Amino acid sequence: MQFFGGSEISPSPPTPTTTTGNNAHMIYIFNRNGVCLLYREWNRPLHTLNPQQDHKLMFGLLFSLKSLASKMDPTSADKGNLGVPQLPGQGCSFHSFRTNTYKLSFMETPSGIKFILVTNPRTSDLRETLKYIYNLYVEYVAKNPLYTPGTPMR
Amino acid sequence: MAAIYSLYIINNSGGLIFYKDYGSKGRMDTNDSLRVASLWHSMHAILQQLSPINGCSGIELLEADTFDLHCFQSLTGTKFFVVCETGTQHMEALLKVIYELYTDYVLKNPFYEMEMPIRCELFDINLTQAIQKDRVALLGR
Repeated sequence: MQFFGGSEISPSPPTPTTTTGNNAHMIYIFNRNGVCLLYREWNRPLHTLNPQQDHKLMFGLLFSLKSLASKMDPTSADKGNLGVPQLPGQGCSFHSFRTNTYKLSFMETPSGIKFILVTNPRTSDLRETLKYIYNLYVEYVAKNPLYTPGTPMR
Repeated sequence: MAAIYSLYIINNSGGLIFYKDYGSKGRMDTNDSLRVASLWHSMHAILQQLSPINGCSGIELLEADTFDLHCFQSLTGTKFFVVCETGTQHMEALLKVIYELYTDYVLKNPFYEMEMPIRCELFDINLTQAIQKDRVALLGR
């Protein structure tokens, strides 16, 4: 599936020569402690922060949004307080949000690995794509005997 | 079965000025709704920072497993958001209708102080009517 116009977990992805076939702006992968395992950008005209702060902001944002979503869940009567860390899979979690300029899709695995994809706003539901990326992660990264969990991917 | 679970209106400093619950099991008390509203306000601002492209005006839709959250921001920074069932259509239109009701019954009310919690009877009545109409239209199909 040539979604990104290049292989996803290679050390240096080819910069896209045309943006017409390319949907995604950025991808982040975090582990459960907030370490950014992977960050790739294909199309990001605007940088507001340096990379470290950007990763921290993204992780913190997702943490708060998950907490907000589980608190606002209208179908469950008993909820924890805001700010209490939720286990992966416990409570209701959001899977995407959309603004007028971008759409962010999110998936958390039971082991706490979080996949974030930032694309253009017209993209449809990307949960299958994120599952596919997770499978690639399992195949090539988790099963790699030389990879230490918790460190950025090379 | 309500299509909308709840409605929040936040002023441009992030304070909750209106909260109405239309039959969800996750009904919140005042403190919680205030917290959630200010959290949403800050999220809205941070998300604009994260945009890879210039000119982001803020979040429009948040999709979760069991609900959707649609948000509408007016030009003055007042935010209207509804929590509804996943896949509910035409929430943007409903939010615009609510915005019109807000301008008609709240802002034009000479006794209403800006940025304060909304206590306008006509607004409540018309809001309930608008939501009922929307619910009937949804269920009538």
